[in-house]
Amino acid sequence: MSDFILILLSTLDSTIRVSTPLILCAMAGLFSERSGIVDIGLEGKMLGGAFAAAAIASITGSAWIGLSAAIGVSVCMALLHGFACITHKGNQVVSGLAINILASGLTVTLGIAWFHQGGQTPLLSGDARFYSIDLPGALALADVPVIGAIYSQLISGHNALVYLAFITVPITWWIVYQTRFGLRLRAVGENPQAVDTAGISVFWLRYRAVICAGILCGIAGAYLSTGQNASFVREMSAGKGYIALAALIFGKWRPKAALLACLLFGFLEALTVRLEGVDLPLLGQVPTQLMQALPYILTVVLLAGFIGKAVAPKAIGVPYIKER
Amino acid sequence: MSNKTLPAWVDVGVLPLLNVCLAFIVSGFVILLIGESPLEAVKYIITGAFGYDEGIGYTLFYTTNFIFTGLAVSIAFHAGLFNIGGEGQAYIGGLGVGLMCLSLDNFLPWWALLPFAIAAGAAFGAAWAFIPAYLQAYRGSHVVITTIMFNFIASALMVYLLVNVLIEPGSMAPQSRSLMESATLPSMQDLFAAVGIDIANSPLNVSIFLALICCVLVWLLLWHTRLGYSIRMIGFNENAAVYSGINTRRIIVITMCISGGLSAMVGINEVMGAQERILLDFVAGAGFTGIAVALMGRNHPIGIVIASLLFGALKQGGAELSFENPDIPNNIVVVIEGLVILFCGALTLMIKPGAEKIFLKLTNKKESANV
Repeated sequence: MSDFILILLSTLDSTIRVSTPLILCAMAGLFSERSGIVDIGLEGKMLGGAFAAAAIASITGSAWIGLSAAIGVSVCMALLHGFACITHKGNQVVSGLAINILASGLTVTLGIAWFHQGGQTPLLSGDARFYSIDLPGALALADVPVIGAIYSQLISGHNALVYLAFITVPITWWIVYQTRFGLRLRAVGENPQAVDTAGISVFWLRYRAVICAGILCGIAGAYLSTGQNASFVREMSAGKGYIALAALIFGKWRPKAALLACLLFGFLEALTVRLEGVDLPLLGQVPTQLMQALPYILTVVLLAGFIGKAVAPKAIGVPYIKER
Repeated sequence: MSNKTLPAWVDVGVLPLLNVCLAFIVSGFVILLIGESPLEAVKYIITGAFGYDEGIGYTLFYTTNFIFTGLAVSIAFHAGLFNIGGEGQAYIGGLGVGLMCLSLDNFLPWWALLPFAIAAGAAFGAAWAFIPAYLQAYRGSHVVITTIMFNFIASALMVYLLVNVLIEPGSMAPQSRSLMESATLPSMQDLFAAVGIDIANSPLNVSIFLALICCVLVWLLLWHTRLGYSIRMIGFNENAAVYSGINTRRIIVITMCISGGLSAMVGINEVMGAQERILLDFVAGAGFTGIAVALMGRNHPIGIVIASLLFGALKQGGAELSFENPDIPNNIVVVIEGLVILFCGALTLMIKPGAEKIFLKLTNKKESANV
């Protein structure tokens, strides 16, 4: 039994680690999509951020400067998205796709040209990485049954960005539902004409929304390359941006539900590693590929209207034209 | 007013060209940024793609793939649908082609097998597009999101099938057994040898003719049939289509199935033509390049052939470039692709007002000179 608890704890522990980038990206997508801007560019922004963080951290030796660089790069990409689809009313899906493809090409191109390691950045060590933090009292409590194990293994011992990701969720909720900016943000995603009539700039609101998305994707990227791993590896975002998008939709564009969806998808990923080659009673071996595809399958089933109904913000994907 | 002031040739010819030029100029800056010479890169790309017969073979081979996926994306665009799932549809379509070939290659020569392979591939590709299409038309979920999801599902499914089911017994690599020599499509080298011309070996095969036939068929379908008219009408104005009695839901599903079937023809070129087996990731991004091709080619078959040729040349020339100068990786082609999608797709409207002004000034001058 204690074996089972240990396995469960370590699976949950890795769930937290793999969900972190998903949570950050899902919150990023929430800001953007609630304002009416489709964001399939989460993947690209995260990848760009990951590269910037690892590259700058390896040069300066500081993880925090790397993090700022990641946020900077990701916000620039978000602004490019905004420039294309807010200012120039371009197709938001096309623009997001362009950003993903650009990020995938540019990170490898620049990485090979600057570091000559086949697209990787130099291995980071020392202050250039985010290390796990032991929360106060974790050691002292470790021997206390149940609570001690949960506190010292599950909650304590992650790096700063993990905690940041989990704090992001209530902050996002507070901004979107409790502030004036949040009210306007939701309004602009449902009915931009009404917001415009009230004398509030639709463009500026949407720009602020995509900037918020950029910041969060940048943090997610920095987590990938300087927290979870010790260098940038080509294509290291590996579809996580799309899973986050799926989680956002699965969570019906709401912070708490999106968090739960991210944790669910993260748990599936952690479970995939755990179940590799293990025979389950009744089921036998579950193919890893099925586990990997499960988040996407679940999202499609949800979208098909078989588990509740996911209703997107009403004005999503439609460029706002003031003259109308 | 914006459309009336510009003559069609400016709108269809000059503006896209300007957008592509912008994309290339920015790509040039990227090459400058990594400390290399853009002009030298252009030289390597052009000689790599067109300088010798093997290079031309590879260029046209890639072009074939891009024509299929470009047509697939464009036909969906005409109905106002954004099919990002070309990648997955081509992958699953290739599975259909491969399964048909694997089961019949002992009995049939390639020319008898080809129609079956096309039918199987198209059916598999169409089936993979059918689910997102059905969900869009009847359940209100957006085709963009579902096709993205289906790309990942296709990829997982294919890995599973290749590792566990289709793998050649005793082999370590996750790929199927090779097809019989007699069942694979003749390469262009064989074809030219038959009429006594000697060209270098390349994966280019007769699929390129199939691609050109598909171009003509798509053109006929879109502009000369009732179905094509309905497809374009939905794209222009879905409400008008509903009021004129078109069953938009049915047409949306049919359009997506045609789109998926066209993507699947990549499988004919790759599985039956070049690789002669099913293997992992044989689509290699052709589905996404198809989006760039369709945007650049303005969703017209002629434009798509030109854009495919450009991207085929970039892909082959880019490989050559990174071979000549290892400091420029061939991922620079991915950058160019992204920039073309950005400028030709997302930022198409950026240069339009400026171009309109300049054009009007020029024509006004002419008119006042005439007066």
